[in-house]
Amino acid sequence: MTDIAIRTENLTRRFGDFTAVSDVNIQVQHGEVFGFLGPNGSGKTTVIKLLTGLLPLSGGDAWVDGIDVRKDPEEVREHIGYMSQKFSLYDDLTVLENLTFYGRIYGLCPEKLRSRIDDIVSQNVLGPYVNRQAGKLSGGWKQRLALGCAMLHEPKIMFLDEPTAGIDPVARRQLWDLLFDLSGKGITFFVTTHYMDEAERCSHVAYIYFSKLIADGTPAQLEAMPDVNPVGTRRLEIRTTQVTRGLRLVRKFQGVHYATVFGQSVHALVDGSFDQEGLAKLLKQEGIDITEVRPLTASLEDVFVELTYRRQAEMEGKHA
Amino acid sequence: MRNPFQGMNAMIYKEVIHIRQDSAAIFFALFIPIVQMTILGFGIDTNIRQIKTVIFDDNQKKESREFIDRLRNSDTYRIVKYVYSDHEMNEAIIGAEARVGIKIPWDYSDRLLKGETAQVMVLIDGSDSSVAGQAINVSAAIGLEESLKRVLAVGQTLPVEIRPKVLFNPDSRSPNFFLPGLMAVLLLSVTTFLTAFAIVREKEKGTLEQLFVTPVKPMGLLLGKILPYLGIGFTELCIILVALVTIFKVPIHGSVILLLVLSIPYLFVSLSFGTLISTKARSQAEAMQMAFLTFLPSIFFSGYIFPRETMPLPFYIISMFVPATYFINITRGIILRGAGLRHLWFDAFMLVIMGSLLFFAAARRFQKKVVAT
Repeated sequence: MTDIAIRTENLTRRFGDFTAVSDVNIQVQHGEVFGFLGPNGSGKTTVIKLLTGLLPLSGGDAWVDGIDVRKDPEEVREHIGYMSQKFSLYDDLTVLENLTFYGRIYGLCPEKLRSRIDDIVSQNVLGPYVNRQAGKLSGGWKQRLALGCAMLHEPKIMFLDEPTAGIDPVARRQLWDLLFDLSGKGITFFVTTHYMDEAERCSHVAYIYFSKLIADGTPAQLEAMPDVNPVGTRRLEIRTTQVTRGLRLVRKFQGVHYATVFGQSVHALVDGSFDQEGLAKLLKQEGIDITEVRPLTASLEDVFVELTYRRQAEMEGKHA
Repeated sequence: MRNPFQGMNAMIYKEVIHIRQDSAAIFFALFIPIVQMTILGFGIDTNIRQIKTVIFDDNQKKESREFIDRLRNSDTYRIVKYVYSDHEMNEAIIGAEARVGIKIPWDYSDRLLKGETAQVMVLIDGSDSSVAGQAINVSAAIGLEESLKRVLAVGQTLPVEIRPKVLFNPDSRSPNFFLPGLMAVLLLSVTTFLTAFAIVREKEKGTLEQLFVTPVKPMGLLLGKILPYLGIGFTELCIILVALVTIFKVPIHGSVILLLVLSIPYLFVSLSFGTLISTKARSQAEAMQMAFLTFLPSIFFSGYIFPRETMPLPFYIISMFVPATYFINITRGIILRGAGLRHLWFDAFMLVIMGSLLFFAAARRFQKKVVAT
């Protein structure tokens, strides 16, 4: 038992000539909710498969709960819970039967199994549905049951691969509340997601892009990264009723690095030489109706978009 | 020390619920065989009787009418039509009004009376070879009998008489022959399909991948999947046996216990086949096609329909690798001839060998899949 729940050193996985995961170093502390982000195909799921012992490592080392994944993948499986991207319950089994099945798979004795099922049912608020077939539950309840099934053996570390893909916002929030509740009890969560609001909630995030880890820290640390906030630039939010035309104009201005729309406003990264009033004036000259221009701090989305663009530019530069 | 069968009980628990929930599977497993047995048991009679026959009697005398009566009494021929020209007789056969046309020429009675050889022409539609064969044999026998009667003096007896006695199935009833073979084919198909489906379904749904991250062991997973279907196969066998005796009146001459025991290695063969298919197939439709590929040789090469003795050598060699061959030997041996283990040990031995080889091949492939996912 160590202080560190998950640790990797130069974790690498190759499939033939293709390197899916390249020299990834991660440290996740016990009780953290670790958000693992990255575009599709960047290697997120492969990292989870490596850490859960489903795929052998091609290089580097990894420890989960202090257990060497290379040496004893089976031991790792008994200490972790894993909810895969397409985690499926058995639709024709009831909630209770699903839980009983997974409990038995983990070899829980009957008394232990009963008390664990009681715990999970009350903790995940599954009470009213225990005798309902899993196939007849709605998306959010399915996810709670799935989480329950993956936690019957009291794992300290949970791997969740896109747990909220395709469920409604209310169920999504409820699931996250549950995760924080559990993390308060000392359970570590390793969660992949595409939702930035979910990422903002995490205590620790990392961003993987084309097999390489390119950012790692708290959301606040990432938002303050120099790469995201280059010296001599500032972020501005332009509130307007004519976002589409506004965006088109802003993108044409000299000294605008990047602009995008958020609801009724345009977010732009501009040279320090631009100030709020100057930009507002320029736009008003073009006949745009400006409500307000104000400074903005980078969001996690800005961070990932910026980092992705930079990497793309670097890679293209390399090929050229 | 970890239990190499960890998860087996859990898998059995779950499969039993699946089976209980999936009434279609139960129907498929238990009812369809009875339907197939009924069709083959009552509907099919391979003894050829009542072949549709046209007669062209160009002679129209007492002798020719005697000959026609003989044909009519043989049970092999059923006279459907009398015609009055060669052309009409040909048309009747081409138009499938009749399978056989018999022409008695105008000089039939004259030649008989003069002691010359009288000829009878028998035209046979060869499109069904077994019907044609039977028609030839019976017509030849009738001709021979007719001739002997005329050659022998009154009161004289035949120097040699053949007295055939058919053992074990004295009435040559088709169900007695077909149903024990059908049993082997039905058991094979149902268990292979069910196991292959049960595993491929989990693949399609993604639950199989989920299981691989649990500490369940490949052997536990595999046996947990297979054993409930072994149970179904066994239940089905019992139902078939009961139906065999009560509905189809096929007596079992040998030991039922021996038959049940020897069915276990055979069931293992088909369950392992199902597992092997499931490791290859990505969808249930694909599994279905592959299962059919194993199904057809069992029908055609096992001796179920065509006797193995008359197969060309390459087919005979194939038949030696078809598990149903050995199980059909066992079912026919026990049910029809009352054979014991000392007669059937070789077939039993082959099934045990095939069952174990296939099971370990399935387990190995399965294990590889588990590690490779």
